[in-house]
Amino acid sequence: MLKWWKISSVILILYSIVWGLLNNVPRLDILNETIRNVYYHVPIWFAMLFQMGLSVVYAIKQLAKNDLQSDLISNQAAQTGLFFALPGLLTGCMWAKFTWLTWWTFKDPKLNGVAIAVLIYLAYFILRSSIEDEQKKARIAAVYNIFAFVMMFVFIMILPRITDSLHPGNGGNAKFAQYDMDSNLRTVFYPAVIGWILLSLWIFDVKKRLAILTHKQNEE
Amino acid sequence: MKNKIILILTGLLFPFFGIAQEVTTSPDMADAFRRDGKIYVVITVLAIIFICLIGYLVSIDLKLRKLENKH
Repeated sequence: MLKWWKISSVILILYSIVWGLLNNVPRLDILNETIRNVYYHVPIWFAMLFQMGLSVVYAIKQLAKNDLQSDLISNQAAQTGLFFALPGLLTGCMWAKFTWLTWWTFKDPKLNGVAIAVLIYLAYFILRSSIEDEQKKARIAAVYNIFAFVMMFVFIMILPRITDSLHPGNGGNAKFAQYDMDSNLRTVFYPAVIGWILLSLWIFDVKKRLAILTHKQNEE
Repeated sequence: MKNKIILILTGLLFPFFGIAQEVTTSPDMADAFRRDGKIYVVITVLAIIFICLIGYLVSIDLKLRKLENKH
């Protein structure tokens, strides 16, 4: 009935919800129980990055083969990615409130980078919807998509690593892996990452099929 | 005699004093919450919400498949 990876996404996330709250985690000051957010906040961001990666792959495919369907799919992947940015941001704000004692801080380059990346992708949707001609729309959207992905990568993955950041593994901070990403955390964290990426793929799959169907209907 | 017994009992309690001290110095965790079993309420609520949302996604998926088959 359903594809195997759709079912495994549900099983993996359910496992991360149940065992993520039950298993033993390192006892650390400041973090305390909030360290469990690493099972939810981080995988959701990984799912967002995965969707943006998928979007840029289809954008390149559109430029190479010049088919309109790739543009359609690229747009849907970017939408799914942006959707995942919302829970990513909200869980991050929640975590920040209880560890850094503020909902949002402009001192952290990762937060600024995320804010800019979200704006860049919002501009992508506006740009794409503002062009009437389908061929032109597909090509310009694809080119902008590549630019957006590179900028997002720079703002989220590179800049926070070379300047001071509050995030673990960024700036001068130790990575989670170095001090407290112990085997207990890993047994939930990795399955959760796979689970959330698969769930994002499922949502993308539904959106993609719907977009293709409506496109076909419009052509008739 | 009585004093001796009290002394021995206090001596027996010494290891426990040690443990009590250790608990207060280690970072605060929701240990009592877990011991009371309340954590299962949280897990069940989250699991129910998640399963309901997934059920909704499945129903959308299946409806879409029906439409695709028509075309």
